[in-house]
Amino acid sequence: MVATREMPLKEYVLKGNAACAGCQDMVALRHAHKALEGDVIQVVPACCTSVVQSLWPKSGLAIPVLNTAFMAAAATASGVKAALKAKGNDTTMVMVWAGDGGTFDIGIQALSGALERRTDFLYICYNNQVYSNTGTQRSGATPLHAQTTTTWRGKTEPEKMIDLIVSAHEPVYQFTANTAYPRDLYDKFKKALEYPGPKFGHIFLPCPQAWNYPVEQGVEIGKLAVETGYWIQWERIGEEFILGRESKRFQDPEKRKPVDEFLKMQGRFSHLFKPKRDEKKINEFEDFIQHRWDVIMRAFT
Amino acid sequence: MPKTSYSKPMVGATGETGSWRTFDPVVDYDECNRCRTCWLHCPEAVISLDEDGTPHTDYDYCKGCGICAQVCPKQCIEMVRTDERKRRTGEV
Amino acid sequence: MKTELMSANYAAARSVISARVEVVAAYPITPATTVPEQIALLNEDGFYTGQFIRVESEHSAIFACIGASSTGARAFTATSSNGLLLMDEGLHWAAAARLPIVINNINRSVSPSWNIHVTHDDSYSKRDTGWIQFYVSSVDELYHTIIQSFKLAEDERVLMPVMINSDGFVLSHTLSSFDYLEPEEVDKFLPPYSPPHWIMDPANPVSHGNIVFPEYYQEFRYMMHEGTQNALKVYEEVEKDYKNLFGKYFGGPIDCYKCDDAEVVFTSQGSIAAEAKDAVDELRDEGYRVGNARVRMIRPFPVDKIRELGSHVKGFASFDRGVSYGFGGPVANDIRASMYHTKYRPMIKSYIGGLGGRDMTVTDIKEVIKDTYKAVESGDLGPEETWHDLME
Ligand SMILES: Cc1ncc(C[n+]2csc(CCOP(=O)(O)OP(=O)(O)O)c2C)c(N)n1
Ligand code: SF4
Ligand code: SF4
Repeated sequence: MVATREMPLKEYVLKGNAACAGCQDMVALRHAHKALEGDVIQVVPACCTSVVQSLWPKSGLAIPVLNTAFMAAAATASGVKAALKAKGNDTTMVMVWAGDGGTFDIGIQALSGALERRTDFLYICYNNQVYSNTGTQRSGATPLHAQTTTTWRGKTEPEKMIDLIVSAHEPVYQFTANTAYPRDLYDKFKKALEYPGPKFGHIFLPCPQAWNYPVEQGVEIGKLAVETGYWIQWERIGEEFILGRESKRFQDPEKRKPVDEFLKMQGRFSHLFKPKRDEKKINEFEDFIQHRWDVIMRAFT
Repeated sequence: MPKTSYSKPMVGATGETGSWRTFDPVVDYDECNRCRTCWLHCPEAVISLDEDGTPHTDYDYCKGCGICAQVCPKQCIEMVRTDERKRRTGEV
Repeated sequence: MKTELMSANYAAARSVISARVEVVAAYPITPATTVPEQIALLNEDGFYTGQFIRVESEHSAIFACIGASSTGARAFTATSSNGLLLMDEGLHWAAAARLPIVINNINRSVSPSWNIHVTHDDSYSKRDTGWIQFYVSSVDELYHTIIQSFKLAEDERVLMPVMINSDGFVLSHTLSSFDYLEPEEVDKFLPPYSPPHWIMDPANPVSHGNIVFPEYYQEFRYMMHEGTQNALKVYEEVEKDYKNLFGKYFGGPIDCYKCDDAEVVFTSQGSIAAEAKDAVDELRDEGYRVGNARVRMIRPFPVDKIRELGSHVKGFASFDRGVSYGFGGPVANDIRASMYHTKYRPMIKSYIGGLGGRDMTVTDIKEVIKDTYKAVESGDLGPEETWHDLME
């Protein structure tokens, strides 16, 4: 893994932008762009990332950004890529930076189409597990029992396993990442530069607004997601599956931290502990954690 | 005005976001071991590094999220009220 | 220039070669399907050397065009009916982003019920998106208007996308001769597209389309309005150039035939307008002073040209192959609005018909024109709106 002191100092996320204090999206963007080093066109559908740029005529991102419609990110990127090709440019990276709503839900058709066409691009889903931009409504990525403004008493369904849907399209490179591990994230973007063809990155990204955790805990919460086994760090290069070193030890349920530690930090799960611990629901949540491990390992190994 | 809304990158696109802050991160440079962890996790890119890795916070833009203080392995970043920091540094 | 015999859709596919379109993204829908089919074949055979993206929906087709155009490429798509409706979000987007994309919309009825034949409701419903809209009546006119449209759309004074509408089946699947131009010939007319304001380029990064607050939003909308309005003047120049270079001229925004001394003019859009010429000739033989005003452009609306006509005719028989439900014939109402602030008060009678591909023959058109003629002669307007050939 890259050493911190070897990471480039140049910043593409400019200070004084419109992101909320503690926004983990900016951590992901910072290190993604440090790895890509500027030769990139970023396509952004409606989501928080369309807001954090700030108001016209200023932008807090020092890269070309094409904002586009909510459901059209991958299609727009296909057009950008085709234009570059038509002009003989085969080197500039075309990258989508979409929320979970724009990926799991409204944008999934365009994503599927672009992957199936073997578009040479990198699609990033930064997953804050909710429609943050419009005030935290549920998405297909919202976890079971999480409270949102359209699931006031907690979501009754577990999240969609988007990675399996994407993997069915056989991208050349697929990874999960987590903003609590920026060096790992950086490495994965560096790797993405090496593989021409469709690539997909899925980034776990805590949102202090929507999840209602103390803003300074942005890194702890990301780590807890991994240490409780809830979030699995892995990569897939073609058919080769690599379980991330951060996740390896938590494959064994015995080694995992109690899920309460992760849930208790977040206001969106507070109803699971009031007036007393809701055994049934928390067990269901834990079952999903194991279920996801089983499915991922069964599918990929 | 241009014909359509394209925006130019600039520092301070949303103004001096330092005004959003209640608590300021203050580094105890005697304790700091120049590990760059604060720089790594700062969401705002407001921590700049000297060649030896010494971190400097740009208070014009730091939003005061406190993440740097939380991740510092030496626990040498303290979050203090702005007026308190200024008093300490003799700014006011 | 060489004469070829093809359907309008095949000719549209050829125009993509002639105009050196760099990116095409399209999705099949009857009756537009043979456009992407032909482009695919021309692409695979090496005649079309641009990029052809075989997208998974029309929404993606228009947004792929938006991505391409934002990256400085000349972009084109073709669609029809439900496909055009699915593009709606992108149509508004392309116009506001000032991207000179060109669409060939092959007019088809919208659903339900399924009907693959011509009605203009699909494109009429996109009238207020900012797109410049042409309606053509021949294969030759379609082919050349597509080429002209890139020049028009890319002109800095305009910078608005263009939709060229051609009637489903009547044009799309009917063979007719047209004069094909090699790209080397078109080069004299149409230089490569070079975006004058912004482009997605890592060497000069900008962010396009981030948030604009109320204090500026309206100004951007005003500039769109200006751009579309400028198209009338700029199209005049485009047509003049085109005529000088290739000897082709299709009559400006409104192609008038025997209108100078006419008491009544028949207005219509699309293929009916060609039939109407025969109707006018026959009626002239029968002693009626009538003319045919083929409305080629409905946005921007050629208000001045309508006013000029309205200053010397006694009546308009305005035919729409589509409806603004609750208000009637869209073009008829635009003609009425255009005349209101003049001192001239011709009768403006609206006719709606030919929907779902129902035949409009020369006899039908004559009947419509004679109805207005009678109203003008008697001084009695009669119904403002008539649905032609409506079953009891
Ligand atoms: C077609 C359409 N429907 C709805 C919206 C409203 N909308 C904008 S952003 C958004 C949610 C975005 O959620 P997500 O993709 O998860 O990104 P986040 O805001 O969480 O970063 C919604 C519903 C829209 N812009 N376009
Ligand atoms: S408080 Fe937050 S914004 Fe300020 S320097 Fe620390 S991490 Fe960066
Ligand atoms: S994290 Fe702490 S020890 Fe490391 S550089 Fe920052 S202030 Fe110094």
